[in-house]
Amino acid sequence: MELSKKEVEHIANLARIELTEAEIAKYGSELSAILDYIDELKKLDITGIEEIGQITGLTNQLAEDKIENCAISQKELLANAPVVENGQIKVKSVLGRET
Amino acid sequence: MNIAEAKTINLKDFLTIARNANKELNALLSIADKPGKLGEGELAVPCFIKDNIVTKEYPTTCASKILEHFKSPYEATVITKLKAAGTWIAGKTNLDEFALGASNENSAFGAVKNPIDKSSVPGGSSGGSAAAVAAGITPFSLGSDTGGSIRQPAAFCGIVGLKPTYGRVSRYGLVAMASSLDQIGPITNTVEDCALVLKIIAGKDPKDATSLSASVPDYPNEIKKDIKGMKIGVPKEFFGEGIDPTVEQKVRNAIAKIKELGAEISEVSLPTAPFALATYYIIQPAEVSANLARFDGVKYGMSLGADDTIETIEELYKKTRGQGLGNEVKRRIMLGTYATSAGFREAYYDRARKVAQLIKQDFDRVFKQVDVLITPTAPTVAFKLGEKINDPLAMYKADLLTAPANLVGIPAISIPCGSADGLPVGLQIMGPQLGESMIMRVAHHFEKNYNWRQL
Repeated sequence: MELSKKEVEHIANLARIELTEAEIAKYGSELSAILDYIDELKKLDITGIEEIGQITGLTNQLAEDKIENCAISQKELLANAPVVENGQIKVKSVLGRET
Repeated sequence: MNIAEAKTINLKDFLTIARNANKELNALLSIADKPGKLGEGELAVPCFIKDNIVTKEYPTTCASKILEHFKSPYEATVITKLKAAGTWIAGKTNLDEFALGASNENSAFGAVKNPIDKSSVPGGSSGGSAAAVAAGITPFSLGSDTGGSIRQPAAFCGIVGLKPTYGRVSRYGLVAMASSLDQIGPITNTVEDCALVLKIIAGKDPKDATSLSASVPDYPNEIKKDIKGMKIGVPKEFFGEGIDPTVEQKVRNAIAKIKELGAEISEVSLPTAPFALATYYIIQPAEVSANLARFDGVKYGMSLGADDTIETIEELYKKTRGQGLGNEVKRRIMLGTYATSAGFREAYYDRARKVAQLIKQDFDRVFKQVDVLITPTAPTVAFKLGEKINDPLAMYKADLLTAPANLVGIPAISIPCGSADGLPVGLQIMGPQLGESMIMRVAHHFEKNYNWRQL
């Protein structure tokens, strides 16, 4: 199956990755080859088979509902943030701007 | 240098050797400025850790531009456990970016070279961790294995690498790649060393809800038990097509040697195992695309947030990720996004999870007949640098024989079993969940009785 340019752009948009024109062409053909290989799974009959669950069979792992203070300070946590203002992470406009 | 030898090493010399050896190999991303202190305990030696496991002392880059200067405010549980056993963390090892790759050529900080043949790859993604052990830089290292990333580089570098049962070792502080498949494990020179390191890092951790509460066996003693009468299966689907004939021959020779040690060998069949790789390349990218969504230029890591020409957060995400993530990472994220997107999820992701169920049923059935399984670790010996980098599908096929163990959550070890044209051949032993003692026992007896360099 060959992915079209439009499909590659759609996937890149869903993944929030900006691609160059050259990347779009490259990923288009590479992903198509990989998807062709993956298509061999269609040879198997999966009727009535359940999807695999937690592999070691664990179910809900509950912990006591107890509040513990975070051992890491706010300063340490924010040390890696790109833009900080008044102890908070500053982000770009979420809703967009009228231009 | 094994662990016993490393206990008496001068740490200043240790660092000098590491720095010098690294100039050629590029196996290390951080090296301590000055000697640290060894503690008291069973594992009072220096070591290096794969750079996708967080430490407070060194940056954790995941070999990605997007995390180039990231320094974690907390440390992984395995690091805390190693320190409690006396270990000093001397630095971090190179890897394929975010552990995505089979050659260590996907690192944003340059490829690693195989110490046995510097024109060849060390394997990946734990290529730096394997190369550092093989080159005698460190007595052991930790790697992570999602589809073969500990075992395949161990095979390519002629050393020992173990992927434990899913949940045997806490993943707390391992930068998540594919959470249902990831495991941390030891890379060592000998199986005895592997058993010792596993004993230290294994166990239940309240910070990882998928970690297992089963008690941790005394692996170093368990592996010494005899292998006479042990039932070993040789799954026919792991031989033949797609496997280098010399690799196959060396592995079959090794199986004959293990028979001489008293084990019972029989051929078994796992009919759905050949579908494991395609299954893996849906489930794994799907989880990658979700896990790596956190690298968005907002909370930490590389960001174009200070660029005033970028106005919206969506533009910030796209540009930061477009520039900060490498080729293979983008490819996997796109593949996983596609396989889980509206209209395609059922055909890809849901189907893959059903096939995974069939594969697990096959393994469950076979482990009622035999104790462990023996196969080659990788289809080939170490390939040349540059040989497969432009053919992603060929690179993915390096995981052909290792990915099944991750899909079914079982432990698997790779040990060297011979050499072909001077390059080591890896032998893989898989066991049922929590069967680490058994697989290491077989590996230990083979290693003790035969010198792989002469096979």
